Amino acid sequence: MNLSFLIPAIILLVGAAAANTLRNLVHCVLALTLAFAGFALLYFGLGAEFLGLVQLLVYVGAVAILIAFTVLLTGGGTAGEQTVLSPRWLQGFLLAGAMFLLLGYGISKSRFTAHAATSVRSYPVSLIGDALITSYALPLEMLGVLLTVATIGGVVLAIREPRQASQSVKVDQ
Amino acid sequence: MTSLTLYLLLAALIFAAGLALAVTRRNAILVLAGVELMLNAANLNFLAFWRFGQHPEALIGFLFVMFSIAIAAAEAAIGLALILAVFRQSHTINIDQIEQLKG
Repeated sequence: MNLSFLIPAIILLVGAAAANTLRNLVHCVLALTLAFAGFALLYFGLGAEFLGLVQLLVYVGAVAILIAFTVLLTGGGTAGEQTVLSPRWLQGFLLAGAMFLLLGYGISKSRFTAHAATSVRSYPVSLIGDALITSYALPLEMLGVLLTVATIGGVVLAIREPRQASQSVKVDQ
Repeated sequence: MTSLTLYLLLAALIFAAGLALAVTRRNAILVLAGVELMLNAANLNFLAFWRFGQHPEALIGFLFVMFSIAIAAAEAAIGLALILAVFRQSHTINIDQIEQLKG
């Protein structure tokens, strides 16, 4: 076990545990951002520098900010006097623990033959680009369509509808 | 214990943490955050199998994770827009209090 695994793993576990235990919603989002950064460090350690940078850009840069904006738009992070956990939280934690035990049992019972475990060499970005425009061209195009549809859908869902709002005000009056 | 097993166990632990976050919280935003955490744990599995697999130069697991990150970003945007729409409709994001599907 080397440091390039241990340090990101500790950051990741601290972030995930804090996101599970903290009460304030903004603190939870910050802990989640820490966990995302831990994933990026793990990717660097695995020799996937490009994916580590993508992870930092997309998750730490975009998704965490998006979640923080949603927290602010929906009325801040304070939970008030009421509990933050759902009524059946005990079953939830038991379910998650059982899931980890099941996965851990399966992993420990499997026999993997690890190749190239000692030589971590990175792959140039040009190789990734070549693969993306040759054998993975169709998935890439489909992904572009998906992202366009998702962007339009997000705007349509989140946009305010002034006409409908004024109609509902009339009904209220 | 090989390093592949260590990565898989770490991913299983993070997956369980994300599952716990998704099923125990009342806040819809944190449920979505738990789903994101589980997706990231799955990505870590793909990358570990890619790195310690037989043909890392084929970049299969690597590109799978790239597509997965892009799809997860789209999913987060749509999910948060849905939460905003629900908040505008029922003035709460507490999933215990959101009881009707009627608009």
